[in-house]
Amino acid sequence: MDAQNIDNVISVRDLEVGFGKQLVLKGLNLDIRRGEILGFVGASGGGKSVLTRTIIGLLPKRRGQIEVFGKNLDELDDLDRQKVEKRWGVLFQGGALFSSLNVIQNVQFPLREDLRLRGRLLDEIAVAKLEMVGLDASVCEKAPSELSGGMIKRAALARALALDPEIVFLDEPTSGLDPISAGEFDELIRALQQTLGLTVFMVTHDLYSLHSVCDRVAALADGKIIAEGPVESLMHAEHPWLKAYFGGKRGRVAMAGKRT
Amino acid sequence: MANEAWLKSTIDGRRLVLAAAGSWTATHAREIEPLVDAAVPDKAKFEQVDIDLARVEHIDTFGAWLVERLRRSATARGVKTAIVGLDTRFKVLFDEIAASNKKDAWRPHHEKPIVVSLLHIGKSVLATRDDFVDMINFLGVVAVAFARVLVKPWKFRFTSIIHQLDIVAFRAVPIIVLINFVIGAILAQQGIFHFRKFGAENFVVDMVGILTLREVGVLIVSIMVAGRSGSAYTAELGSMRMREEMDALRVMGFDPVEVLVLPRMIALIVALPLLTFIGSMSGLVGAGIVTWLYGGMSPDAFIDRLREVVDLNTFEVGMYKAPFMAVVIGLVAAVEGFQVQGSAESLGEHTTSSVVKAIFLVIVLDGLFAVFFAGIGK
Repeated sequence: MDAQNIDNVISVRDLEVGFGKQLVLKGLNLDIRRGEILGFVGASGGGKSVLTRTIIGLLPKRRGQIEVFGKNLDELDDLDRQKVEKRWGVLFQGGALFSSLNVIQNVQFPLREDLRLRGRLLDEIAVAKLEMVGLDASVCEKAPSELSGGMIKRAALARALALDPEIVFLDEPTSGLDPISAGEFDELIRALQQTLGLTVFMVTHDLYSLHSVCDRVAALADGKIIAEGPVESLMHAEHPWLKAYFGGKRGRVAMAGKRT
Repeated sequence: MANEAWLKSTIDGRRLVLAAAGSWTATHAREIEPLVDAAVPDKAKFEQVDIDLARVEHIDTFGAWLVERLRRSATARGVKTAIVGLDTRFKVLFDEIAASNKKDAWRPHHEKPIVVSLLHIGKSVLATRDDFVDMINFLGVVAVAFARVLVKPWKFRFTSIIHQLDIVAFRAVPIIVLINFVIGAILAQQGIFHFRKFGAENFVVDMVGILTLREVGVLIVSIMVAGRSGSAYTAELGSMRMREEMDALRVMGFDPVEVLVLPRMIALIVALPLLTFIGSMSGLVGAGIVTWLYGGMSPDAFIDRLREVVDLNTFEVGMYKAPFMAVVIGLVAAVEGFQVQGSAESLGEHTTSSVVKAIFLVIVLDGLFAVFFAGIGK
C-alpha cells in the first residue's frame, strides 16, 4: 500500500452509471482525501446525487471501481461491506428521519442496533450528539414532522454522526435554509470536521459554502469531473460551465461577500 | 493492533491514577461503560484522581463521553479530578463533550403500565366521541360544499367525478360480480342442504332472493367498497395532507373539500347503488346455478318462483340503503384522511381505522335500517 492510497479514503475510477439508454456518469474519476472537506458541484440533474448514491451503494454501477478505505467495494462480502458502511454516515437532502420515531429515537437507532447500547449510556450519547449539532434537549421527544427545516438537517446530521463515522456524505446540507442558518450549518460542519477528524463529501450548490468551508472543490459536467482543486483555482478554469457557474451574477456576489 | 480497551488503576497514597489504554471507541463502549462505573473513586479513600489518557490509541465521542462521565462522577463525590496525557488532537473533542449533557434536561420518563392502559382506555373513549363529532361536522362541510356547487354549477368537477367513478365503480365490477356470485352460490347450497331434510327446497329461492336483494348484496358491496376505495381515499387525502398539497389548494383559493372530497363522495353515492344492483344480480345468478346443478331445480322454475316470492319492495329496500352506505364510507374516509399527521405511521394508522370504522358503521347502519323498515312495515 503506497502513501497515496492511504491518503485517499475514497477513490472512484472510471465509473459509469446510467438509467436505461441514458448514461449519467461517463468514466468518472475522483479521489477524496482523508480529513478534507470536498465540495462537489455540478448542474442540477447532472449526476451529483447519482455519484453519491452510487458510492454509498444505493445505485448499481455499470462499470468502474470504487475503493473505500483502500478496499474495493465489489470484492467485499456482505459482512465486510457492512463494516465499511458503519464507517460512513449519510445526510440525505430531505433529512430522511424516520417519521415514526421521535428525534432522540432517530439518533439512538444506529446506536441501539449496531452497538447494542442500552439505558443510560444510550441516552447520554444521543443527547451529546444532538448537542454537538447545536440542538438542545428540548427537541428530544419531538416528531420529525414538528421540526423546522434547519432542525431536521441538524437532527439528521446527528443521526449520521451517531456511530462516529470517518466519512460523512452531505447531500445539499444547506439547501432550503436561510443564509444565517446556512452559515451556521457551514460552521458546524467545519467544527465537527475538526472535532471528530471527519472526511466530508459535500454536494452543494451554495457558493458561500464552497468558499467558506470546502478545502477542495470538484466540478461535475458531462458525466465527468472537469476540474478539481481549491475553489480559487476553479474560478479561473476555462471550462464554459465553470465560467458560467462562477462568473454568473450569483458567483460574483458570493465572491464579493467573501472578500469583505 | 490492540482491539481491547481497559482501565488500570494505580494507588499513590491519597491519589488514584486511572490509566486508560487501547481503543476507547464506539465498538468498545459496551465494555468500557462498566469499567468506568466501577472505577469511580470514593472521597473517603482518595482526594485526587488523575485520568491518564496517554496510552489511548483511538478515542471518539463514546470514549470521550465515558471519560467525561468518570470525571463528573468523581467530582460529584468530592474528589478532585485531572485529565492528563491527552493528545492535543483530541482537545477539541474533549472540550465539546465536556459541554454536553450539562443539564439533566432530558431523561426518558416511563409511565407505570397500569397508568398507560387506563390512559389508553380514556383516550379511546374521548376519541370515539371526537370521531362522532368530526363526522357530523364533516357531513355539514360536505353539504355546504355541495350546496355551493349547486348554486354555481360550473364549479362542478365533472371530469373528476367521471375519473373517480371509473376507479370506484367500473373497475370494481369484476370483483363485486365474483364475490357476490360466490356468496349467492354458498347461500343457495347451504339452504338446499338443510331445507332438503324437511322437503322445503323450494323455499331456498325465497331465502336467497330476499336475503340477497335486501341485505347481503348491499352489505357485501359496501364492505368491498370500504376496503377498496375507502382506504384508498384515506391514503390519498392523507398523503396529500402530508405533502402540503392541501395547503397549496387552500392558498390558491380552492376548498379541499370541494375539490377533493366532493367528487369522491358523489362518485361513491352514484357507484354504490350501481354496484349493489350488479352484485345482487350476480348473487341471484350464483344461487340459480347452484339450485339448478346441486338442487335440481330448472332455471325456469327458479325464475318463476323468484317472481312469486320477491316483490319490488324487497329490491327497493336494498337499493335505498346503498347511497347511505356510500355517504358513511366517504365520510369516514375523508375524516380519517384529514386527520393524518406528518408520519408514515400515522398514515397507516388512519388508513386502517378508515376501513375498520367504515365496515363497522356500515353494518350498524344496516341494523338501524332493518329496525326502520320493520317499523314502517316494508
